[in-house]
Amino acid sequence: MALVNSTVPQALRRKRLRERARTLAFLSPWLVGFGFFFLYPLISTVYFSFMHYDGFTAPTFAGLQNWTYVFTDYPSFWTGMGNTLWLVVVMVSLRVVFGLGIGMLITKVKSGAGFFRTAFYLPYLAPPVAATMAFAFLLNPGTGPVNHLLGELGLPQPGWFTDPSWSKPALTMLAVWGIGDLMVIFMAALLDVPTEQYEAAELDGAGSFQRFRYVTLPNISPIVMFAVVTGVIQTMQYYTQAIVAGKVASGVIGGSGQQFEPGYPHGSTWTLPQMVYNLGFQRFDTGSACVVAVVLFALSMAFTSILLRRKSGFMNED
Amino acid sequence: MDKTRRSPLARRPLAALTAAACTALLATACTGTNSGGGQDGSASGQDVTITFWHGWSQDNEVKAINDNVAAFEKLHPNIHVKVVGNIADDKAEQALRAGGPDAPDVVSSFSTDNVGKFCASHVWADLGPMLRKDGIDPAKTFPSAMLKYSQYQGNQCALPLLGDAYGLYYNKTAFAAAGITAPPKTFSEFAEDAAKLTVPDGDSYKQLGFMPNYHGYETAIAHYLGQYGSSYFGPDGKSNVATDPTVAAALTWQKQLVDRLGGFEKLEKYRTTFGDEFSSKNPFTTGQVAMSLDGEWRTASLAEDKPDFEWATAPFPVPDDQAAAYGRGYQTGTIVGVANGSKKQTAAWTFVKYLTTDTDAVVSFANAIHNVPSTLAALESPKLDADANFRTFVDIAKNPNSSTTPASINGGAYQVSLQNLSYEVESGRQTDLGAGLKATAEEIDAAVNQAK
Repeated sequence: MALVNSTVPQALRRKRLRERARTLAFLSPWLVGFGFFFLYPLISTVYFSFMHYDGFTAPTFAGLQNWTYVFTDYPSFWTGMGNTLWLVVVMVSLRVVFGLGIGMLITKVKSGAGFFRTAFYLPYLAPPVAATMAFAFLLNPGTGPVNHLLGELGLPQPGWFTDPSWSKPALTMLAVWGIGDLMVIFMAALLDVPTEQYEAAELDGAGSFQRFRYVTLPNISPIVMFAVVTGVIQTMQYYTQAIVAGKVASGVIGGSGQQFEPGYPHGSTWTLPQMVYNLGFQRFDTGSACVVAVVLFALSMAFTSILLRRKSGFMNED
Repeated sequence: MDKTRRSPLARRPLAALTAAACTALLATACTGTNSGGGQDGSASGQDVTITFWHGWSQDNEVKAINDNVAAFEKLHPNIHVKVVGNIADDKAEQALRAGGPDAPDVVSSFSTDNVGKFCASHVWADLGPMLRKDGIDPAKTFPSAMLKYSQYQGNQCALPLLGDAYGLYYNKTAFAAAGITAPPKTFSEFAEDAAKLTVPDGDSYKQLGFMPNYHGYETAIAHYLGQYGSSYFGPDGKSNVATDPTVAAALTWQKQLVDRLGGFEKLEKYRTTFGDEFSSKNPFTTGQVAMSLDGEWRTASLAEDKPDFEWATAPFPVPDDQAAAYGRGYQTGTIVGVANGSKKQTAAWTFVKYLTTDTDAVVSFANAIHNVPSTLAALESPKLDADANFRTFVDIAKNPNSSTTPASINGGAYQVSLQNLSYEVESGRQTDLGAGLKATAEEIDAAVNQAK
């Protein structure tokens, strides 16, 4: 009996170990990738945020100096923070609204749906640098066709990428133009909504807004949440379009004695990821760059956590 | 459902392993640059191959540097140079950080901004001992401004390899039409001429005398300050932009000129009609502006683009109270250095010495790519391009009052801070100049302290 008692748990333990080993083996590619490309950089970033490190000489412990510098002595930080949050709130909201709206329109189109799907999806495939340069030329206040047309119509001609009050809206227009990714996933979600629910709602006398509010939205709420969360994370990392638009619009190549203005015009397109590059690779201040990177990570986590915690009040849990 | 969980004790080895791995990885990421050495055998005639990274990419430039290298190899048959072109500064910096056998032995950079970091971190070797050993006195070899931008706090970790000087380009045809007989020499004369040459056209211009806005290509605050000889930092290493009266004077003068020529908004709108700076659509080439502040390279572009007007060059005017300094200008240029981690520093130095101090090498290279030579002897060479418009810039480079932006420990960050203020002032967003300059000085000092 004692033999049986000790043998059975051992066999069970071995079986469990084998199962765990198998599980780990299947997970290992992801674990390795997660460890090397996420966990290690994350730990390094936090570590270097407390170090004085210029990228060339050995790092030395700096305590909270980098954190104090970024938050109190580096005025561009708060400008970049404000711009990034502006883009997160406005750009993400408009992308979701337009993506959903265009998705709904195209699912209802009787003929030519393929053409419209392609037409709205194609801009998403344009490389960000090329698309931004094209927008900068189209919206050039002096020579661009958009302002020429506005002038012909007797409408105001904004400075777009050269005017600090118009540069972020112009970047938002660019982002909304490339709405194809969200349009496709919203279309898939919309086509998945059971038609019986619409029929039942119609029988109950629901109007189009009520059908959208009480049938469509609850069914697609997980996709809306996905779009918002990924949109927030992507926009927190907004870099390429902002820096290309600034460089093209300013016309300045940059060099000794003639630096490119960060966030041209007047810092209005200056975002947190640009700050990471500027501090780390142009000012050789890896420690402060890591502080900004940690802040970015914490903000992304905070946004995501808040959104996911609030999902119960918004999403259809069934 | 299996609710079994691993005990905290069971997780400890995993946590310890993760921590150890991270520590090891962090430690490997923190290795500084290694010191190299000079005993590579090249001095005793052994064959040595060095790697030279540069940023030139245009056909004529690549041919010119390759010709230079070939001439060097002919003089030093045992030293072979592996040339790698079109290298951006970022890539070179990463390679110098990483070190190893594939890293360059000799590196050049178009920007002088990072000299402070390269010298202070010793990623570029101090060339002082090598210069002394070979009996080269830098002060008697290189123009003072060029020497200034290639060193940091006494560490001569780079040497100038051709330079850029900034002067005035003016449209002689437009000058004649406006009744102007000679290029202006002082800022007052310049403002008068700019106004005379400006032909308004509704809310735009048929012709603008001069584009003073700081985004008007080369009209950056640092280039204007070159006419004042501003120093940016005091002897104590702290920013003096708030206490040096020339900085406030330059910002005020530019703002007055902006207002006189039509105001910031109107000029900005006109600026957006300009073509690319480095193309035949440059506003001076197209006749959109009658005067411009630009570097010597424009002489070659204009000769090639052949605008439909006569043009000439002159030193850029100076402030009225510094009329005696007329002839000066802002200077910058390309720099070259030896990687501190190089194991072939003797051969690398021999190559750098040839590139930067051999008069014929410097002159032929300058003539080939239309840059200003970077040694005093080369500036006096009869073999130098005799074109009168180009010679204006040679004279600016020779002028002892010409100045530059000094090297700083955190690159061009101090210039960015000052530029940001200049944009605020020209647009009228900052009207309290004193307060703006004080805040800028504090910002610069905080950034420098942070970088130390």
